[in-house]
Amino acid sequence: MTTTHQPATPFEMGGIGHSVRRKEDDRFIQGAGRYLDDIQLPGMLHMAILRSPIAHGRILSIDTSEAEATDGVVAVVTGEMLAAHGLAWMPTLSGDTQAVLATDKVRYQGQEVAAVIATDPYVARDALSGIFVDYEELPAITSPQQALEPGAVLIRDEKEGQTDNVAYTWEAGDKAATDEAFAKADLVVTLDTHYPRSHPAPLETCGVVADVNPATGEATIYLTSQAPHAHRTLFAIVAGLPEEKIRVVSPDIGGGFGNKVPIYPGYVVATAASLLIGKPVKWVESRSENLISTGFARDFHMHGELALTADGRILGLRASILSDQGAFYADAQPTRFRAGLFHICTGSYDFGAAHVTAKGAFTNKAPGGVAYRCSFRVTEASYLIERLVQNAAYELGMDPAEFRLKNFIRPEQFPYLSPTGFVYDSGDYHTALRKAMEMIDYEGWRRRQQEPHPEGKLIGIGIASFTEVVGAGNSRTYDIAGLKMIDSAELRIHPTGKAILKLGVKSQGQGHETTFAQIVAEELGIPFEDVKVQEGDTDNTPYGLGTYASRSTPVAGAATAVVARQIREKARKLAAHLLEASPDDLEWEPGRFFVRGVPDKGVTIQEVAFAAYTNFPEGMEAGLEGVHYYDPPNMTYPFGSYIVVVEVDPEDGTWKVLDMVAVDDCGVRINPMIVEGQITGGLTEGFAKANMQWITFDENGNCIGSNFLDYLVPTAWEAPRFRLGETVTPSPHHPIGAKGVGESATVGSPAAYVNAVIDALWSKGVRNIDMPVLPHRVWGALNGVEVAP
Amino acid sequence: MYPPAFEYAAPESVEEALDRLAEVGDEGRILAGGQSLIPMMKLRLAAPAHLIDINEIAELAYIREVNGHLAIGALTRHADVVRSEVVAGGCATMASAAPWVADPLVRNRGTVCGSVAHCDPEGDWNSVMLAVGAEVVARSKQGERVIPISEFVVDFFTNSLRPGEMVTELRVPRDDDRSGGAYLKLERKIGDYATVGVAAHLRLDEQGRIARAGLALTSVGPINLKVTEAEEMMVGQEPGDELFAEAAQIAARTCEPTSDVRGPAEYKRSVVAAYTRRAFGRALAGARGET
Repeated sequence: MTTTHQPATPFEMGGIGHSVRRKEDDRFIQGAGRYLDDIQLPGMLHMAILRSPIAHGRILSIDTSEAEATDGVVAVVTGEMLAAHGLAWMPTLSGDTQAVLATDKVRYQGQEVAAVIATDPYVARDALSGIFVDYEELPAITSPQQALEPGAVLIRDEKEGQTDNVAYTWEAGDKAATDEAFAKADLVVTLDTHYPRSHPAPLETCGVVADVNPATGEATIYLTSQAPHAHRTLFAIVAGLPEEKIRVVSPDIGGGFGNKVPIYPGYVVATAASLLIGKPVKWVESRSENLISTGFARDFHMHGELALTADGRILGLRASILSDQGAFYADAQPTRFRAGLFHICTGSYDFGAAHVTAKGAFTNKAPGGVAYRCSFRVTEASYLIERLVQNAAYELGMDPAEFRLKNFIRPEQFPYLSPTGFVYDSGDYHTALRKAMEMIDYEGWRRRQQEPHPEGKLIGIGIASFTEVVGAGNSRTYDIAGLKMIDSAELRIHPTGKAILKLGVKSQGQGHETTFAQIVAEELGIPFEDVKVQEGDTDNTPYGLGTYASRSTPVAGAATAVVARQIREKARKLAAHLLEASPDDLEWEPGRFFVRGVPDKGVTIQEVAFAAYTNFPEGMEAGLEGVHYYDPPNMTYPFGSYIVVVEVDPEDGTWKVLDMVAVDDCGVRINPMIVEGQITGGLTEGFAKANMQWITFDENGNCIGSNFLDYLVPTAWEAPRFRLGETVTPSPHHPIGAKGVGESATVGSPAAYVNAVIDALWSKGVRNIDMPVLPHRVWGALNGVEVAP
Repeated sequence: MYPPAFEYAAPESVEEALDRLAEVGDEGRILAGGQSLIPMMKLRLAAPAHLIDINEIAELAYIREVNGHLAIGALTRHADVVRSEVVAGGCATMASAAPWVADPLVRNRGTVCGSVAHCDPEGDWNSVMLAVGAEVVARSKQGERVIPISEFVVDFFTNSLRPGEMVTELRVPRDDDRSGGAYLKLERKIGDYATVGVAAHLRLDEQGRIARAGLALTSVGPINLKVTEAEEMMVGQEPGDELFAEAAQIAARTCEPTSDVRGPAEYKRSVVAAYTRRAFGRALAGARGET
C-alpha cells in the first residue's frame, strides 16, 4: 500500500517526517569534528608499515638493523616477533585466517611485512627504507579463472588441507525446479558480466591510536570503526585480552562505506606495540595504503540465464558466480551465506524457480569483497537481474518497462516468499516504476530516440527496478563471526526533560545524531534538539553490531522506538500520579498527557521527567530510562525504479547523462532531507562505477588504482543532476514502518546507467559492455574491436 | 603522505632565486604552484634536497600584451589564464585549453610556466604552446635566453634548461583577426590527464587560405607531439572538412599512443583523428569570426 506520511509533531519538535537540519553539522562545517588523526596523547609514538612491493613471493630474510639504528626509532616489528605472541595470524570475518605481518610469504602487493614505531611520523616513514627484505618471487595470480586452472600455484600453502585456490563454494535455490522451468522455456537469454573490483575510498582513511596502560593492562583503542562493540569482542578473542579491559572508542568518522568494518593488521600491530612498549601508538594510513590494502568491493564474475515464455513471462533464473576474493577470504558477511546475500538475485520479479551457484577463488590481491554500500552483495545481484531483464525484453521485442510491469511481484502478493528463501515484507513496484516513467516522460524520450540527431549522437534510455534487502538480522539467520545481528538503544530522560540516547551503532556521516533524536521526539515529544545521541564508546553505549548494510534505522531505529515507548508507558503512570487520574483515562499528544475530555488538565513530558526524580509515587522505581535489545522479525525490503537517459558519442565513445529520475521507496522517511542526501550520494557512487571507477592489476599483480589519479572518484563536475521521487510503502514489521536506505542507490543505479548505454547501442548489435563503461569500451563495442581492459 | 626531508628557501627576487639556484646546483628545484612536485615528493617519487619557493616574487605574476605577443609570467596560475581577457582576445587556443587544465583546485595554484617546464607528455599546455609556436624565456646568473618551445621540450619530463636556469616567462604569439584556435581534450573526469588532447591553430591569409597551421597532440607520445607534416601540408590550402580530414589522418598516423587503462592505441588514434577534425573546424570558425 502506498501512502504519504504526514508528520504528527510540529516542526520545532522535529519528529518523523521533518527535514530538520543535521545537529552534527555545526561541528563538522566549523572544522571542530574530532577524527582519529586529531587525537594526541602524551608520549604518543607513531607507526609506519612496510608493505610488499610484489604480489607473490617467499620471504627469505628481513634485515631491520639499519631501521632500528635510526634516530627516533623505538622499535621495528616483524611477523616473527608477533608469532612469538601468537599474533602473526588473525581470524577473518568469514572464518578464514589472515596474516597480520607476513612471516612465510607475501600474497599481494601492499601486504603488511613490518612496522616501524618512532617518535615522529616522518621518522617512522623514513626508517622504512632501512628495512631490507629478500623475496623469492612467485608467479602472481591475477584472476579467479587463472587461480582455478590446473597446476596454478597454490596461494594458501600454509593452510592445512588446502590443495587448490578455492576459497569457498556455495549454492542456493532449487536446481531441479529450475531445470524444469528452463525445459519449458520458449527462449533463454544469457549474460556474462564482470562486476569489477572497486574501493569504498572514504574521505578519511583507516587508523588507530592504541593506548595500553602498562600498569593496569587496560587498553583504550581509538579506532576508525563502524562496529566498535563487535571489534571489542574480536580484539578480546584475537589478542586474548580480557574484554572488560578493552575500551574501543570510535571518534567522528569521515566516511566508512564498509571500509571500516574489518579489523586490519595495522590495528593489531599498533595495539601489540603499545602493549609491549607501554606507550600510546598511532597509525594512520596514507591514501595509497588505504586503496591498495584495505577492504575492496565486488569483483564478481557473473553468468546469468533467464528462462522466458514467448509472450514475455519469466519462468526461472540460473546464476553462477566466480568471485575474486584476494589472498584471504575476509568478507564481512553472515556466516551461513558464503556469497553474501547475492541469492536475492531474483529481484523484483515473480517467478517460481531459481538456482544460484557460487565459488570464490584466492588470488594475489588484497582481501575484502563485501563493502561499498553493497548490502552484503545485493549490488551484484541487482545488477545481474536488471541487466538480464533489460536484454530479455529486447530479445522478446518488448519495451523494457512493459516487460518489467508484466513480471513484477504484485502488491497483493506481499509478504512474498522468493524462490531462494527471502520473505519480502512489502512493496508496490508497479507504482514506483510508473511514477518514474511519468517524471522523466518515458514515452517522450522513446519518441525522441527515434529522431535523427544533428551531431550523430545516440540516445539511450535505461531502467533499473531494484529490490534491496537490509536491516539484518533476525538473530536466527544472521550473525557476524557468531555475534547475532541484534542492536540496542538505551534512553535516559534527565530531570529537566532533556535526554541522552546511547546506541551500539556508529554513524560515519549518515546523520544518526539527528535521525535517532527525531525518533525520540516522535515517540516522547521531547524536541529533537534536546536529545543527545551518543555512539562509538563501548564503555558508554549498549552492545550492538554496528553500522553497515543499511541496518541502523531498521535495527537500532526500531530499538529506539521500542525503548521510547516503554518509557512513555512509565511516563503515563507518573502523569496519572501527578494528575490524580487513572492511567487509562489519560490521552497522549506529542509531548503531553491530558485527562480524556479535559484537554486543559495535563502535564508535559518535561514535567513528568522532573517528577520521576522529585515526586514519584510510593512503590514506583525512580528515574525514567530504559534499554532495549531489538531482534528484528525480518529484514526490510526497500525498492525503487531509476530511469536514466544518456547520449552516446559514437566517435569517441563518451556518454553523458541527459536526465535521471530516481523513485525510492524506503517506507516511512524519518528525515526526508537526510534520506535524499543518502540517495544522491549513492546515485553518484553508482554513476562512478558505471562510468569510470575500478581497480585493476597488471599481469604481475601490480595494483593500478592506488591513488586518486588512477582510481577515479567523481566530483560535482561529473555527477549527473538527479531528480528524486518517492513512494511510501511502510514496512509492516518495523515499529515506525521504516526501511533502510543507505545503500539503495548504489545497489540500484549502476544497472540503470549501463542499461541506458546498451539501449543506445542495441540497434548497432551491442549486447553488453562491462563496467566501468569507459569510452574506449563503447568505441570497441561499436567498432567490433576486442578491447582488453 | 610524508615527503622526505628537504631544505626550503623563499627568495623575494629573481636575482635572489638565481643565486640560490646556482648555490645548490642539481639538488635544487623551483617550487611554483607545486601541483606536480609536491605530490611526487609525497609519493617519494621525487626527493629534491632544496626547494626554492618563488611564490614570494610577486613581479612574476602577470599576463600582458607586448609587441605582438602575450607575455605570461612564471607565477601566472592556470586560473588567471581562465579569467584573462588578454588571453581571451589574444590566443584562442590557450583560452580554449585553460578550463580543461586539471581541476579548479589545481588551477588556483598551479602555474602555466611550471607545467610547461615539467614536460609531462600528458600535460595540456605544451601542446598548446607547440601549436601556436610559443617561446620560453629562461634566466640564469649568466643572463637571459629565449628558447623556441619545440627546442625547449626535449623528452619525457625533460626540458632544455641549463643548470642554474629558471623559466621566467612564456611568450605566445598574438592572434590577429584572421586567426582561430581550439583545444579538445578527452578525459575520464575533471582533473584527469588527457586520454587524448588536440591543440589546433589556424591563421588565414587575405584570400581565406591557410597562412599558418599549428597542430600538437597530448598523451599520445613520449612528449607532446607537434604534427609538422600536417601543418606544412595545410599551408596555402583552402580550409575545410576535406583538408581537415587529411590532417586528421596524418595526425592519427604519426602519433605514438600506447595501450593502457585509458584505452588501446588503436582507439586513441581514432580519437586523435576525430578531435583533429573537430578542433580545426572550431579554429576555422574562429578565424572566420563565426564564433
